[in-house]
Amino acid sequence: MRRNLLKWSLITGAAAALALPLTSSAQLTNQDLAARIGTDAHVGNITGHAKDAAPPYRRYCVGCHGPLGDGNGENAVWMPPPMYQKPRNFQLGIFKCRSTPTGTLPTDEDLFDAITRGFDRSNMPQWNTLSKQERVDLVAWVKHFSPRWANEKPGTPITIPPEPEVTAERIKAGRDVFARVQCWKCHGVQGMANGPSASTLTDDLGAPIAPFDFTEGSRPKCGDTDRDIYRIFMTGLDGTPMPSFADNIKPEEAWDLVFYLRTFMKQNSKEKQMAKQLGLKPVDPNAPAGQQ
Amino acid sequence: MRMGTHCRRLWGALPPGKHLVAAVLGLVFFLLSSHQDANALPAFARKYGLRCSACHESWPMLNYFGQKFKDNGYQLMNDRDSPIWQNPSYWPVTFRMTPIWHRVSTDKVAIDTYSGGAINGSTVARITSSGFDLSGLDLHTGGTLEKNFSFFLLPSSDNTGSFHFETVMARLDNLFGSPWLNLKLGKFELDNLLSEKRILTLTGNGGVYQLYHFIPVGDGNVFGQMGDNQLGLELMGHSWDDRTRYSAALLSSVDGNVGLPYGNAYTGFFTVSRAFDTGRLGVDRIGGYAMIGEAPTYYRTQNGGSTVLAGSGLGNKSFSREGFYGLFYFGSHVDVTVVTQHGADNAYFGQGYGDLIGGTAVNNNVPGNPGLPAGAQTPSWNGVLVEPHYVYSPQLIFIGRYETVRMSQQANGSGCNVSMSCFGPNGTFTNGAPASNFGNLSTYTVGFRYNPFMTSRAGFAWHNEWNWLHQDGTGALVGAPVGSNVNTTELLTGFDFDF
Repeated sequence: MRRNLLKWSLITGAAAALALPLTSSAQLTNQDLAARIGTDAHVGNITGHAKDAAPPYRRYCVGCHGPLGDGNGENAVWMPPPMYQKPRNFQLGIFKCRSTPTGTLPTDEDLFDAITRGFDRSNMPQWNTLSKQERVDLVAWVKHFSPRWANEKPGTPITIPPEPEVTAERIKAGRDVFARVQCWKCHGVQGMANGPSASTLTDDLGAPIAPFDFTEGSRPKCGDTDRDIYRIFMTGLDGTPMPSFADNIKPEEAWDLVFYLRTFMKQNSKEKQMAKQLGLKPVDPNAPAGQQ
Repeated sequence: MRMGTHCRRLWGALPPGKHLVAAVLGLVFFLLSSHQDANALPAFARKYGLRCSACHESWPMLNYFGQKFKDNGYQLMNDRDSPIWQNPSYWPVTFRMTPIWHRVSTDKVAIDTYSGGAINGSTVARITSSGFDLSGLDLHTGGTLEKNFSFFLLPSSDNTGSFHFETVMARLDNLFGSPWLNLKLGKFELDNLLSEKRILTLTGNGGVYQLYHFIPVGDGNVFGQMGDNQLGLELMGHSWDDRTRYSAALLSSVDGNVGLPYGNAYTGFFTVSRAFDTGRLGVDRIGGYAMIGEAPTYYRTQNGGSTVLAGSGLGNKSFSREGFYGLFYFGSHVDVTVVTQHGADNAYFGQGYGDLIGGTAVNNNVPGNPGLPAGAQTPSWNGVLVEPHYVYSPQLIFIGRYETVRMSQQANGSGCNVSMSCFGPNGTFTNGAPASNFGNLSTYTVGFRYNPFMTSRAGFAWHNEWNWLHQDGTGALVGAPVGSNVNTTELLTGFDFDF
C-alpha cells in the first residue's frame, strides 16, 4: 500500500514537473493581469497605459489574441498554419519583429510599429486607423500579459550602418553571402520558398511555418524598406526557424545580402535591373565553398 | 421552489399593467447579465476572422477601421484578399431581417365624418396604430472577385416580399497601385460620412436622415436625394491610412430608378474629408460635400396629353445640396456626428414641375404652359443633424439624434400676405407666399441597441427606439386651423438579426 502510494506520488510529481513549463503560460489569471495593469509604454513623447487599453483591446484584438493574450481567441482556430499563422501568444513575450538582438525583448517602438504596420499574409491588419495614443496604450497592454517585462529590460537596438551605394559587385557579393550562410536551404536558390528544408519548418510551438517567398510580391512581415530587411536577418525572427546572422555576417556583407535579395523580388528595383544586366545566375548548392 | 413561490407572489402583487413593465425590466436584466464577448459579423468576418466590433462602432455603422476596409475595396490589404485564398466553401452572403413591434401615432390626418351611416363631412384626427410587423429582407453579398476587384450586390425586398436591387456595383481598386484611384460603376450609396444604409435607427421617420431627403412641400424635384442609392460612376481615393479621402461621382438624375425613366440629366456628388489624431480624444474627421445637378421639369406627352412619355424629360433645371460634416470622438465611449446642409432647387421645381413619372409633381411644363407665376423664386433651406452616441461597450450603444431643417426662402414670394391661408389642399400653392416657416421640420430620435452576442456566423441586436417628428403647417386643411402643425411619434422594439 505504502509502495503504491510512493509510486503514484513519484509519477504524479514527475508529471507535474514536466507539465509545469508547458502549462505555466496558460495559468495566467485575471488576477495576475490585474496586478500588472500599471504597465506603461513609451513611444516618442507619448506614454501609454495598460489600464486605458482594455476598450480597444476588447473591440479590436481579443477575437484573435484572446482575453488572456494567449493567442487563443475564438477566431484562432480558423487560421490554420501554414497558410495563416496562429495569433501571437503575448504571454510568452517572444516577438518576431524587433530592432533588438535575438532572445531579447523588443522595444516599445518595435511593438508600436508592429501594431501600426500589421503583418502581410496573416490576419493582423494595419491598425494605423487608431490614434497614436491608443496604439501606445495597446503596447502597454501587450506587455502586461508577459512577466518577462517585469524581470527584463528590452534589448539595445542593433546599429545599422548607413546604406551604401548599390553596385554590381555588391550584388554579386550578396549572392556569395546567400550561398555561404545557406539561405537557399529554406528560401530556395531563387527565393521562391522552395528550398530543401522549406517543407519541414516549424515554429517554436511546433506549428508548420513557411519561409518567405521573395518572388510572390508580398511585403516582408517586419517591413519592406532596405533597413527593415537588414534588420530581419541581423536580429532573426524569434519564435521561428529564421535565426539571427549577426555573428555570421559583417555589416557590409549584410547590405550586400539586402541588395541581392532585392533581385528576387517582384517589384521593380535598381538591383533587379543590375542583376539582369549581369546575367546573374542562382547559387549552385553543390558548388564548393567560395566558388559560386 | 421557495423562490419560485415568492416570485409568483410578487408577480401577483403587482398592479395590472405593471406586469409588462416588470417583464421588460426582467428581460433587460437577463440580457445585460448574460453578457458575452462580441464576435465578428458574417460575410466579411467569416473571411477575415475579425470581430464585427473591429469594423463597426455598432453594427451596421462603420468605425474608422471599417471605413478604411471598405475604401480598400473590402480588403485588409494583407495579400490574402483574393478569393483564391479562401476555403472553397466560403460563400460571401449575409441575410438581414428585423421583426418588430411598433406604435405609430400621427395627428392632423383628414378623416370623413358620418351621420346616420352617411358621410356628412370631414375633419382631422390623430390616428394611432400598433402591432407586430416586419422589415424587408436584405441579401448582402460582397467582397473581392480578385485582388483589387471588388463587388457588392444587395437584392432587397420590402415587407411584402417585392424585391429590387438596392446596390449593384463593381469596383476597380487601387488602380496603378495607388489608393488614390478607385473606380466604381453601378448603383451604390453616395460617399456620405454618415451612411444612411448603415443607420442605427429603424423607425419610419428616424430610420432615415431627413436631411438627406428633404425637399420643400410641393417641390417637384425628387432627384436631390442624398440618402438614396444612385446609378452612376464614382472615382474615389484615399491616403494609405485613410486620413484623407475624396470622392467624385457622376450620377444619372433618376434617383436610382432603372430604365432611364426621366431623360438625359446628370448630377455630380463631391466630398472630401480629413481626419486628425487628437490624442486621447481619438481620431476626428471633418469634411465637406456638394451635390449639384439637373433634372427635367417637363415631359413629352401622347394621346392628347393624357400619357406622359417615360424617358422624354426636357427642360432640365438645377438643384444643389452642400454642407459640412464632422465626426468628433471624446474618448472611447462618446462621439458626436454633425452634418449641415444648405439646399436650393430651381424655381420651377418649387412650383411643382418635375417628376411626373413618379407621380409626385403637380405640374408639367408643356408647351403653352404659362410658366412661372409672378413672384416665384428659388426655394432654399438650411439644416443640421447632430447624432451623439454613447458606446458603453461594443455590444451596447445608446443613440440620440436631432435634426432640423428650416426654410430660408419659400418658393413663392408674392401675392399673399396672410401667412397660412395661401395654401390649397395637399400643400400645393394657389396664388402666393406661404409663411416663412411653412414646411420646417424637426425630429428627435433616441434609442439603444444591445447585442447579447455576435458570432462570426450571425449577429443579433435587441433594438429599442423612439422618434418624434414635427413639421410646420403641413396638417390637413379640412375642418382645422389651416396649415396646422403635424406631429408624429413612433415607438419601436424589435430584433435585428443577420446570419
